[in-house]
Formats: sequence, structure tokens, C-alpha cells
Amino acid sequence: MGDKRLTTHDLESYWAETTPTRPWIRVSMDTGGLAAGAREVYQALLDEQEEARADIDIQQTGSMGLSYADPVVVTGDASGRTVMFGAMDPESARALIRDHMQNGYLLEDRVIASRNRSVELNGQEQVAILVKDTSAGVDEDRTAFFQELIREELAIHELDKRIKVYRAMDMGLYQRGVCVQLLPARVTYADVSGPDIRRIIGESLREGKVLEDLLAGGGDLQERIVLRNCGQTDPNRMESYLQAGGYRGLKRALLEMTPEEVIADMKTSGLRGRGGAGFPTWLKWQLTRDPKADRKIVICNADEGDPGAFMDRSILEGDPHAVLEGLMISAYAIGADKGFFYIRAEYPLAVERIQRAIDETRAAGLLGHNILGSGFSFDAEVRLGAGAFVCGEETALIASIEGRRGSPDPRPPYPSVKGLWGYPTSINNVETLAAVSVILDRGGEWYAGFGTDKSRGTKVFAVTGKVRNPQLVEVPMGIPIRTVIEDICGGADRGARIKAVQTGGPSGGVIPRTKMDTPVTYESLQELGSIMGSGGMLVMDESDSMVDVAKFYLGFCVDESCGKCAPCRIGGFQMLKLLEKIHGGKGKAEDLETIRDICHSMQTASLCGLGQTAPNPVLSTLKYFEEEYLDLVASDKNAVAK
Amino acid sequence: MNTKSADAELGNILDWVERMRKRVCEIAREWEGREGNLIMILHAIQNEFGYVPRGVANELSREMGISMARIYEVITFYHYFRLTPPGNHTVQVCMGTACYLKGAEQLRDELERQLKLMEASGGRKDEFQVENVRCIGCCGMAPAVVVDGETHGRLCPDKVKAVVKQKRGK
Repeated sequence: MGDKRLTTHDLESYWAETTPTRPWIRVSMDTGGLAAGAREVYQALLDEQEEARADIDIQQTGSMGLSYADPVVVTGDASGRTVMFGAMDPESARALIRDHMQNGYLLEDRVIASRNRSVELNGQEQVAILVKDTSAGVDEDRTAFFQELIREELAIHELDKRIKVYRAMDMGLYQRGVCVQLLPARVTYADVSGPDIRRIIGESLREGKVLEDLLAGGGDLQERIVLRNCGQTDPNRMESYLQAGGYRGLKRALLEMTPEEVIADMKTSGLRGRGGAGFPTWLKWQLTRDPKADRKIVICNADEGDPGAFMDRSILEGDPHAVLEGLMISAYAIGADKGFFYIRAEYPLAVERIQRAIDETRAAGLLGHNILGSGFSFDAEVRLGAGAFVCGEETALIASIEGRRGSPDPRPPYPSVKGLWGYPTSINNVETLAAVSVILDRGGEWYAGFGTDKSRGTKVFAVTGKVRNPQLVEVPMGIPIRTVIEDICGGADRGARIKAVQTGGPSGGVIPRTKMDTPVTYESLQELGSIMGSGGMLVMDESDSMVDVAKFYLGFCVDESCGKCAPCRIGGFQMLKLLEKIHGGKGKAEDLETIRDICHSMQTASLCGLGQTAPNPVLSTLKYFEEEYLDLVASDKNAVAK
Repeated sequence: MNTKSADAELGNILDWVERMRKRVCEIAREWEGREGNLIMILHAIQNEFGYVPRGVANELSREMGISMARIYEVITFYHYFRLTPPGNHTVQVCMGTACYLKGAEQLRDELERQLKLMEASGGRKDEFQVENVRCIGCCGMAPAVVVDGETHGRLCPDKVKAVVKQKRGK
């Protein structure tokens, strides 16, 4: 973009809506996509485009979060029609340009069907049919059989030349038997049987009638607010963010609102900290704004340490400017002149992209002195973590930036009063800040329209483990856990059965299968003995031992304990020894009592969140799966049973 | 060893010390006066040398006027900093929850087995260094390992064996 200071006029010309005039291809190139071979796919696209002399705009983006389908590629044309392809490789990338972009064909076994299913045909002429057998646990996949069936039926009607039939990679419907989607209308039929094919071709395709009894309606269950640009824009180009409406929230805050009004708008939005604890964001800002001080500081907590969570990494890699914009707005509201991104060293690509975003923004004059002529000056820098989970805790994080060991300090004083180098400091999580930028753009009221009364807005979850389609999802708060796991992510792996879902990582707990209809809110998860946490959602099936899982998480916390306070240092270690003993079959029934005692002591007497919450995985597995512990300790009982 | 080659070796060491001092000085200058710089400097040093050698820490201590105790207090607290040289190739096995559930321990076992086989067949001891790491955030591709900074996902023991073999060929 050159080293030119942008004016509000420049910004407005970026924001003016533009529609692409050339066909485009976007390649998801985050750490996950790259690990799956996205770079090779990207290169193959470039090579083929040159060979085929195709005029296509090939773009790099972050990830939409469809980890199961990586590498993911999305295509689009001037008419606004988009198609998503998964499990790409260099060979299919070349085919994508030759067959799809140039000749309009789709690729076999690669298409990810649209979730925005239509219920109307609108008299459009259909050109393609996607088919997929979505039943889990069946021995034979009937997709190919049905593909043949549809082709034969099309031939009878002499439609086989005009309408092509493809096996889809993913339908976005699960446990719904054979599913069929008509394109471009996106009318989708589920639980299709052999005889239904005749009606689909005869009545639906030929006569344009929608078959209500087979219809799988419903739009996307996800609501992409924080992930709005992930997979859509190029994270390495500020221009791309601006064209998507980026920095509109900043402009509104700086030029149209007082800091008090910004805080009031945040209060209206109801946004609560997405790092896990759920503290109201506006209140944190107000508490940091209140004290009189020479200077104030804002920090973006990007020390995503929860093993099994990658929301923050995906946001930083996919939409770094959105987080930076959020940080700038928080600084304006609080009256801070300096911001830090505290990022895990294990996330090199996230660090690189944030650094680039900072450099570009500074060069454009959106960071630095007198931003947009508002009189507000602010700058930001990156500081790296160095592999210490405890540094996600606010006071430990501050210690780490200051160049000390990451040991937490007792609170109060809270960082909002006495934080980094003693100055009032507000620390917000990545996802929170990415929401802030869009809230200031669209207004607190708009955001408050999503979610429940106490838990407003959306939450991003990283659904992983023994689930069919591991991925990032963003859903309105209050949606049942079951909907996330089964309807969006496809439920258990083929042939397996879900035993429990773990939320909140080492600070959280397990939610048994029987409680999966619980809505996702801060309060409801706490009632179950777990927590919302940062957003890890780990699915476990019947082959996973709950004692082993408890041992895994506790082992993690013992490793990561900073050792400053005794309850965490000694309690955690002793409890781990007991769990190992039980897991090894050498435990006694009274050990369970000791474990409960230690849990209680750690919860009440530990200095920081790490020690206070470390017992959660143990307690919640004891609560819902005590029989697994008892089976391991009950040698006496076994003897009696024999 | 004759005097000539001993001299040459000493020359090499002195050259290294000279280069090291220059580099430490550059890193210190780059970060001088910037807020919260110590951990960033240590990252720069580890990137440069592969670990934080004692001699370098000593040089840094003199250059910046920070006590060795302060530097070591920090290095020993954070898992990321190494006090010993890494192997020729580094294999990091992700021990995040998703990877653990999907068999990270089996990958680790397979890697250990491969290394033993390599050593038994006369390979260098420091050719590969295998270590566990905290979640690398590739949970959707579990189980994953990072080989020399490159992430490989959706692995099984056979695939991880192939990855190591391929590296060894290089």
C-alpha cells in the first residue's frame, strides 16, 4: 500500500462496495492448511493458471476452520456464485482450473455442499446434482450406487448430457441417510431412498416442484461474527481487510464517539471475556479507565495455552487486523497509549501475521501519532511467550512481559489498577477483541441480538478429538452442545459412540453424553461442573478412559504449576501420584477420599486460577464417571464378585 | 595433535567468540531501551544459536548489565528456552489433548524405536532430537508433529516413520 497516511476519505473509498469482476480462487493457508499441503495446492494453481492462460484472481486467506477438509479452496465468479472444495492436492488443483473454472464441471469427492440450503427452486434450470450417503456406522457407503442410480434416471429423461452427478465430500447433514443437493438452487433432499430418485428427477428437476416430504431445509446453524473474515480476506494485506469494511469501527469510535460512549456501547453489547472467565468487557475497561495515572496500557492475551484449542491461532492467522482494531478501540476507551500482543512462541505464523499487520497499519498512519486526526495516539508491539501455560493468567502474563518468571501475584490489586510496570492495564483475549471491532462498527445493540440474556453474542469453539469433522465453529450462545457436536460436526467418528465432551481444557470438566442437551452459556456449563473456558470442545468416545483423561489434564497442570504456592505445587503433585496409582490398578477406595480432600484444598487455597481450577477435570470425572474409578480400585469388590 | 592444528583450532574458537560477541551486541542494541525486552532478546539468541549457551548468556549479562542470576531465573522457568544444543533435526511431538487422545504417545514410541534403530546401525546420536511439546494448535489435524519447523498432521506410526526417513535422506 506504500507508506502513505490514510485519510478518512481514503478509508471510505475502500469501504465502498465493490463486486469482483474476475473469477477468483481462495486458498486457506493457516498453520493447519499448510500442514495439510495448502502451499503445494496454491503453487499448482499458479502453475496451471499460467499454462492455461486463465484470468483468475488466486488469493491466499486464513482458514474458515474446516480442519477436517484441509486443504480447503473456495471458488467464485462475477455472478457471486461460490463453491467450496476440500481435501485438495496439486493434481485436483490443476483440475480445478481446467475442469471447474474453465468448463464449469465440479470435482468428484471434493465438493463441500453449501449449508445455506434453499427450499425453493425458483424455476431455475439445474445443472448439477451432489449426492452423499451420510449415515454413520453403516458398513457400506451407498454414495456411488446412488450416483449411478441418478445417472440412469437422468438418461431415461435424456437429461444426462445437461446435468452432471457428483459424489460430495461433505453435505453438512449427518445421520440423514442418502442426501441429494440440486445445484445451483441448493435445494436439498435427505433420507432419499431408491424409489425417491424417480420423483426427484421427474417431479423436482423436470417440473420444478419441491418435494416437501424429502426436503432438508434450514440455513447455516453457525453465525460468523468473530470469524467473519477468516477464509475470506488476505491476512497479509491490510487493503483486503479495508475492503471488507475493516477499521470502520475504529473510525466510528475515534471520530464520532467519546470514550465513555464506546464503553456504553460495549455495555449494551453484553460482550463478556472470551478467554474463559466471562468478565464483562465494558466493566474491565471502565475499571481501567477510572484510576488516575500517568499512562495506561492495553494487552491482547494471545497466550492460547489450553491444549486442544486453536480459536485464537485461527483468528490471529486469519484476520489479524480485526484483533488489532479491537485493541486500538480498547485503548481509546481506556485512555492507553501503548498496547502489547502477548503471543505464544509456538504460533510462529500468528506472530508473523500480527507483526505484519502492525507494520502495515503504522505505515498507513492508523497506528502512531494523532490517528485520523482525532488527537488519539497509540502504538502496539509484539511480545512472545516462552512456553508457560500459567502466563495466560493476567498477573503472570504481566510478569512475563516485564521479563520475569511467569509467577502470578496475589490480587488485589488487580491489573486494572496496578498492572504492567505498575500502570493500569486492561487485558483482553483475542476473540474478545475481534468481536470488539465489529461491535463498534455495527453497534452494541446489533451484537446483543445474538445469544441469551446473560451470555450475549456468539462463541467460537474448537471441536476436536473423536469427532467426525474436527473444525472451528462459531455459534450463538445458548445453542445446545448436542447441536454443535452432532448437527454441525457430524457426531462421533464412524462406528463409535460419544461418551463425553470436555470443555475448558485443564481448567474445565467433562460433560457426559446424557447432559449434551445443555445450552452453551457461561452459567449452564458451570452448573454442570465445567466451564465455558476459551473454547476447546473435546469429544471422547467409549474407548477413552476418564481416569486417563483426568490424569492427562492434571499432569499438564502439575507440569505447568509455577511452584509459588504450596496448595498447587504439593497438592497437584500428590494427587497426580494417587491418580497414577489408581490408573495402574494399585489404588484403594480411600484414595478417592484423599483426592477429593486435595481437590478442595487446591480450589480454596491456591493463589491463581491455574491451581484453583486444576482439580476440575478430576472432580467432574469423579462426579459423572465414578464407576470407572471404582472399577480400578475395587480389587476387594472384584474378589467378592468372583 | 601438533601445534599447528591446535593453533588452527584455537583460531576457530576465537573467531566464533568474536562473531558471537558481535551478534550479541547487535541483538542487545536492537532491543536496548525497549519495554519488556529480556524475553525477546533471549528468543533472538536462541534463534541465532539454537539454544542459550552459557558463554552467550555471560556476554549478554555484561553487555546489558543484567546479572546472570536474572537471566538464568528466566531461562529455567520457561520451557521454550534450551540450555543444551538441539539435535541436527528436531522432532516435536504435540502433546495437546486432541493429539494425546488420537495416539501421540504411540507416535512418540515409534520415534524412539526408530532412533534406537538408527543408532544401532551406526547413525549419529545427535542426528535427531525428539521432544514433547505443548499444543501447537493443529488439533483439527491430530495427531501432529513438527519436524524442523514444518507441521505434519493426521499421522500414524507408519507415516511418522516415513517423515523421519525422508528427513534423514536430506
